Amino acid sequence: MSRSRSDDEPSTGRTTGSVSADPLRPSDHADAAADVTQPALGAFGWLRWGWRQLTSMRTALVLLLLLAIAAIPGSIVPQRSADPNGVTQYYADNPDLAPILDNLSLFDVYTSPWFSAIYILLFISLIGCVIPRTKHHWKALRSRPPRTPARLERLDDHRSTIVELAPGGDPAASAETAVALAGEQLRKAGYRVERYDGRGSFSVSAERGYARETGNLVFHAALVGVLISVAVGGGFTYTGQSVIIEGRTFVNTMLDYSSFNPGRFVDQERLVPYALTLDEFSVEYVAPGLKGSGQAGDFVAHLTTQIAGQEARDGEVRVNHPLDIEGDRVYLMGNGYAPTITIRDAAGEVVYSESVPFLPQDANMTSLGVIKVPDGMPEQLGLVGFFYPTAQELSTGAFTSTYPDLVYPTLTLDVYAGDLGIDDGTPRSVYTLDPTGMEQLTGRAVGVDSIVLLPGQTADLPNDLGTITFENESPAGSTDLSESVKRFVSLSIHRDVGAPWVLAFATLAVLGLLAALFVPRRRMWVKVTPDGHTLRVEYAGLARGEDPTLADAVDQVALKHGDALEAALREPASASSRSEGAT
Amino acid sequence: MAAMPATETLSLDSVSVLLVWTAIAIYSLAFIAYAIDLARRSALAVEAKDAATRERELVGVGAASAGASASSSARETIGAVRAQEAAAKAALEATPAQRPRMVWARIGTSLTVLGFLFHLAGDVTRGIAAGRVPWSNMYEFALTGTLLIVAVYLVTLFKYDLRFLGVLITGLTVLLLGGATLAFYVEIVPLADPLKSIWLVIHVFVASLATALFALAFGLSVLQLMQARREAKVAAAEASDAPVKTGPGFLRTLPSADALESLAYRFAIIGFIFWTFTLIAGSIWANDAWGRYWGFDTKEVWTFVIWVLYAGYIHARATRGWRGARSAWLSIIGFVAVIFNFTIVNMFFKGLHVYSGLS
Repeated sequence: MSRSRSDDEPSTGRTTGSVSADPLRPSDHADAAADVTQPALGAFGWLRWGWRQLTSMRTALVLLLLLAIAAIPGSIVPQRSADPNGVTQYYADNPDLAPILDNLSLFDVYTSPWFSAIYILLFISLIGCVIPRTKHHWKALRSRPPRTPARLERLDDHRSTIVELAPGGDPAASAETAVALAGEQLRKAGYRVERYDGRGSFSVSAERGYARETGNLVFHAALVGVLISVAVGGGFTYTGQSVIIEGRTFVNTMLDYSSFNPGRFVDQERLVPYALTLDEFSVEYVAPGLKGSGQAGDFVAHLTTQIAGQEARDGEVRVNHPLDIEGDRVYLMGNGYAPTITIRDAAGEVVYSESVPFLPQDANMTSLGVIKVPDGMPEQLGLVGFFYPTAQELSTGAFTSTYPDLVYPTLTLDVYAGDLGIDDGTPRSVYTLDPTGMEQLTGRAVGVDSIVLLPGQTADLPNDLGTITFENESPAGSTDLSESVKRFVSLSIHRDVGAPWVLAFATLAVLGLLAALFVPRRRMWVKVTPDGHTLRVEYAGLARGEDPTLADAVDQVALKHGDALEAALREPASASSRSEGAT
Repeated sequence: MAAMPATETLSLDSVSVLLVWTAIAIYSLAFIAYAIDLARRSALAVEAKDAATRERELVGVGAASAGASASSSARETIGAVRAQEAAAKAALEATPAQRPRMVWARIGTSLTVLGFLFHLAGDVTRGIAAGRVPWSNMYEFALTGTLLIVAVYLVTLFKYDLRFLGVLITGLTVLLLGGATLAFYVEIVPLADPLKSIWLVIHVFVASLATALFALAFGLSVLQLMQARREAKVAAAEASDAPVKTGPGFLRTLPSADALESLAYRFAIIGFIFWTFTLIAGSIWANDAWGRYWGFDTKEVWTFVIWVLYAGYIHARATRGWRGARSAWLSIIGFVAVIFNFTIVNMFFKGLHVYSGLS
């Protein structure tokens, strides 16, 4: 703490003086020895000055408020980390503004240099404050309560009583008894006590509530712990996404991830070996006619989990209930339909047979998908299709889905022929088709009817290319189409070694905060002065930090001690006491 | 609210809406009673001052120094203000039985209690009708949040005579509850999957509780600023010997700016603890629901901003030059951010907390 500077330059000290009621930083630094030698400001002096500025309470406060302000843009402008599509959309909507914002890191606010600068400075400031305070508190913890002030009546919270001794009572012995009682009483109440006798009076000096500053220091140290856990944990953390269609298996290797974001220290070749098979995906829909009709819920991915070298087991992934497996957590992020499509060439040979995940576009699961047939046809084929679980034809001839479950599943497809653009190794999304260099063969644009299929139906491809079949996956004997199309789930697999540490430090921070804000730090004195045949008993309290209940506490001490003293004095000989009331 | 429901469970919901509107009407009456109370406080304060002046003048005449006495008693002195404030502080901390009899404040409080009972009944019936905790969309959150604001206010009345905050509390409740019922009302639909969690019960409830405490701290901080302004004016007037208007008269029956600040601080720190807990509980829930405990979702950002603002407020109270008015402004800004987070962020900001139920 910059006690020495704060003497001549008040703004730099975090201490607020001995009279202040400082909630987080009790003013016990006032006890620290002040070195008043003023160094000439050389390079070192300026460094020191800078450090003191940085670790001053005022700077910390300004940094805190800056942090609050700096966090706001990230909630207004879409962030790459939270909403990458939003950023793409923003670029499309504001082509002129977006690059400028990007230069200001406004799409990555929370990793931007300016945001980082604020919180790093804040944490340096915090550490620079916490370390000296820890030293100081360590000393305070081992020191005795201070000498009883000569004039207790100068304190705001002061009570005094005159106790008359019984005839023949020894004033000095009674005073000794009174102070011993007070000491015992305060010690039992959690005070640290010290006797200070002399100048014709006996007194006990007591202090309690060291936990307040301990809590304060623990809170701030725990925040540093949270930051370190996030930083270090992030290096060992990975998240990956994968899509599993019913009946298929995901193996925890890089091959089976559709996207993967590893931390700096993650060894991608050594992921924990396990496999997940999607046996079934179940979902409930609110029936038509009820409130919230079509609303989906109770999503469950029923999995078979296979850890290398162990028995296969059943597992479930639900929303809010990820599956824990080998230190990884598996989350259910989305679901949809994966129609099974078979394409045959003109000779009837199968050139393509896959279940293709179609991405849902609305609440009624109108889904968009792309089929790419690179080989086996005279030209490469690309098909763009919509899947409607419950199709209804609009007056325009277009379809829409009116319910998310499989009531009247319908698939519509438009065919493109030409170059898919995948032969040169350019990475292409499997969910989009780039029609550049391809000729559209069906669809409204070319005046040829799109292909429309129900499960089990087959249609001819245009130009006598062959046929396409929408396979009916219903189990044998089923009477409706409710199981005619396979479903898929998109899973997100995470390993976060930092999270438990973050939680532990956050919990510690709360405990520290509770102590720092609610444990009162106070000093209490009881002083007994024999005066002829009476004892003058004084009680006084001094708040060290915010302490709204100090007056009550002094009253309580006085009341309890008065009763105990009366009882003690009556025992050997009867004594009468009279209260003088508060001064 | 407009569509008359047909089935039995839904008619329970319409009963709930009816109860809520009744509560709003009663709160409005309570608001009027509290407003009259404040006006009467001004009058009482003026009467008390006049009485004191008369007495002094009489004494002054007796001592044959009427002229001097009259000129000095025409204005308030800072000493007199301090004495008033000390008396007001004692009244603030008096037990309910010892409090001065203020008829309109009593009517206001009785009406608030009555309104609260209807409000509680409306909230509970909504919960029963929905078969879950009644804080799962914006309407229900407003319903429960305002209920907690009133509850915290009423509970506090046992310890502190904060009836001078009644106008603010009932006014705020009528505005938020009425506005929410008009603008945010949605019929009961089944809970979306991500909300089926014990954390819905804990996280959202604690957040509402923190909001209620911040609301009280906000009210006290506003009064603190008004009182500090009045104190400064009185002191300035005394120094310059010129008469001056010192703001609303009811301030004369309130404790000092310092006492109001200390009280505001106590509410704010309890609110801050709850808010910290909200943040942590939210992170635990997010880790289960979204696969990460923190992702700078818009709502997370604002919850963090509010946390930092109140952390700043607590630090400001310990920083030279920031205690008093500046820290009070932080408390006010903090609460404005809370309301902003609830309304604007929920309605207009894109994010994962899309549970307003509005389309």
